[in-house]
Amino acid sequence: MTEAPASVTLSDLAQRFPEWVSADGRPGYQGDVVTAGHLREIASALKTDFGYDLLSSVTAADYPVEELQDVIYHFSKSTGGQPLELKCRVPRGEPRLPSLVAIFPGAELQEREAWDLLGIRFEGHPDLRRILTWEGFEGHPLRKDWHEPYFNEEVKPFKDRWPNAKQQPAEQRTVLKDNLKFPPGFNPEGWLQQDDEALYQALKREAVDTPGLISDRIIVNLGPQHPSTHGVFRMAVLLEGETIVSLKPVMGYLHRNHEKIGERNSWIMNIPYTDRLDYITSMSNNFGYVTAVEKLTGVSVPERAEYLRVMMAELTRIASHLISIGFLLNDLGAFYTPSLYALKERELILDVFERVAGSRMMCNYFRFGGVAADLPPGEIERIRGLAFERLPRSVAELDRYLTDSEIVRARCEGIGILPPERALAQSVTGPLLRASGVAYDLRRADPYSIYDRLDFDVVVGRHGDVYDRYRVRLEEIRQSIRILQQVVDGIPEGPILAGKPAWSTRVPAGEVYGRVEGPKGELGFYLVSDGKANPYRYHVRAPCFINLTSLAGMCRGHKIADVVTILGSVDITLGEVDR
Amino acid sequence: MAPLPGFGMLKGLWVTFRRLVDTYRVDLRWRGKRYRSSEGLQDRLSYKTRGIFTVQYPEEKIPPPENFRYVPFLVYDELEGGERKLRCTACGMCARVCPPQCIWITRAVDPETNKPLSQPAEFVIEADVCMNCGLCAEFCPFDAIQMDHNYELASRDRWSDLRFDLKKLSKPASYHAAIHPLRDQQETLERAGKKEEGAA
Repeated sequence: MTEAPASVTLSDLAQRFPEWVSADGRPGYQGDVVTAGHLREIASALKTDFGYDLLSSVTAADYPVEELQDVIYHFSKSTGGQPLELKCRVPRGEPRLPSLVAIFPGAELQEREAWDLLGIRFEGHPDLRRILTWEGFEGHPLRKDWHEPYFNEEVKPFKDRWPNAKQQPAEQRTVLKDNLKFPPGFNPEGWLQQDDEALYQALKREAVDTPGLISDRIIVNLGPQHPSTHGVFRMAVLLEGETIVSLKPVMGYLHRNHEKIGERNSWIMNIPYTDRLDYITSMSNNFGYVTAVEKLTGVSVPERAEYLRVMMAELTRIASHLISIGFLLNDLGAFYTPSLYALKERELILDVFERVAGSRMMCNYFRFGGVAADLPPGEIERIRGLAFERLPRSVAELDRYLTDSEIVRARCEGIGILPPERALAQSVTGPLLRASGVAYDLRRADPYSIYDRLDFDVVVGRHGDVYDRYRVRLEEIRQSIRILQQVVDGIPEGPILAGKPAWSTRVPAGEVYGRVEGPKGELGFYLVSDGKANPYRYHVRAPCFINLTSLAGMCRGHKIADVVTILGSVDITLGEVDR
Repeated sequence: MAPLPGFGMLKGLWVTFRRLVDTYRVDLRWRGKRYRSSEGLQDRLSYKTRGIFTVQYPEEKIPPPENFRYVPFLVYDELEGGERKLRCTACGMCARVCPPQCIWITRAVDPETNKPLSQPAEFVIEADVCMNCGLCAEFCPFDAIQMDHNYELASRDRWSDLRFDLKKLSKPASYHAAIHPLRDQQETLERAGKKEEGAA
């Protein structure tokens, strides 16, 4: 773990705006507090003068005791380095703040999320509606005084589980129907119409007039159960003929308020819950969470555990990219042959996870300060076989099979172009950003674990179209295999966990933003600890969710048949989008 | 030089054709023993496999690896005379570490002195809530709760069939040793070490 170098730009910022910027003095907290009225000026100065061109994350935290709410921004440079943290503290009764969408369009979905879950009003936001919950939802669930329908206790472990338990299913303890609440004046019967009207108005507002033949525009809803949308996801599109004029993603059908659950959980309980974020990449999710917590606790990880972590994270990346490539072809209409070829290879990787961690997809393998289990006897030879024989051969086969295919090229080249400036402005990360030509990979840009000692290339594309995204993912699999080979050869003997296994972790008070390069992009965890057994604030910067900001822009002007392909090339997992 | 139009398609079709041929080639080499035999199953599961690799569930099943985890069970030792002694002491560690809080433990109380005993009077796991994370087994100080390998729990009635009580949860130590040979070996060693420490 590299120590955070003293951030030069922070003091620069304070020098430039001495009256508006002050350091956050609370123990364990970092970053600067800025006054809400000047947030916009400071943000544009950061972008134009300081080179912070990527708004990594926007979130908020509720402090009812101080009657304040923090809105937390993390800015990154696409050239690399530590993120810069800014905060606005707004009164809890009247949380108003200028929206940053005009400067950083990537704030759009994230500000909507902060409004939905914490009730922060972003003034000047073009479309500030609820995003993860529905219109009939009462309250803002991440506020500390909000209680879920099956509320049991503030934090786990619950006292009625031991030693005098009387088991009763949750539905019998609190009967649904008794605990339903609606906002005042809300009529659930007439709801469908109201909801869609707001959505359609937003669609029409964002429509750009096209020159030429004026025809009637129609609204089409793709989803929420469209078979090729990789989950329960809905796109409302405004069409002119067959051409997309504007598009709005609608999500939240799988919402379970992961972050509220995370704040009820103790620190270690969150590890298996992160598995369920992006369920294709559970090892990477574990990695992001434990990296963030380890930044707070300051524990150092034994060498062998670091190697095991990287080994599993890269296997996950290969598996995730295989799925992405295989199912992109499904979206193109090549039903299941390419995706099953890809799934077979992924299956071999999942078998490794099952033997090592105990489960194919819900791995729950990482622990604070190490990993849960060592490799079983003989496993390293099987991973070696995968890394040196099987996977290189199967990637070459996929390459032969698809890359030159005239159908793939005709359907993918020049479709869904995302220029690099727009990709950065919209906070896009991961293969999607790299396909647009920006070499931003956290394994190089802000190295963690042992990546700074490993030899691999950051893959970039040139055109930022669907075909480039496919090529970038294919090439990233090759780079991951390269890493895997080095790790298999270099893994040292030794302990796999710092200290003894501990069921409760002491985490010092403070805040932290830890991030890793997940297969889909920058996976960040913003955590606040108040020194107790549970996180005070637990926020996931979900790459799939934020990458969707770019969807409307990529689809505009294309035919409706290409929308499915473009969505496939964004590569989302709804478990993470909806959280 | 620009490739011939249609060449990319042909190259791709050649890949599918090779896969088709591979399946028959491998089957012929195994002389029909690739299916319905455990060696054949192992071949289909290994990274060296070629051709078709389907496992015909439920006619044949992939043996779960030792680390595989599913809804936990409670281990009892079989004493002489056929008496069953649960290892569980109702210390509540598993209930405290359980992420979805699906473990419910009632500690037994001595009916005469009213003092708590170190054994459970009732122990319920809601199998439909359990997320199979294995933290309970990982942190149990008495090796009393272990993750099972039996994943076929489908049932028509969630309220009765998926409420695992003491009777349903208790399984003999021999079963644990059979499905977790390495883990059991290590636990036995560690317990012996602890006993020596206690005696010294």
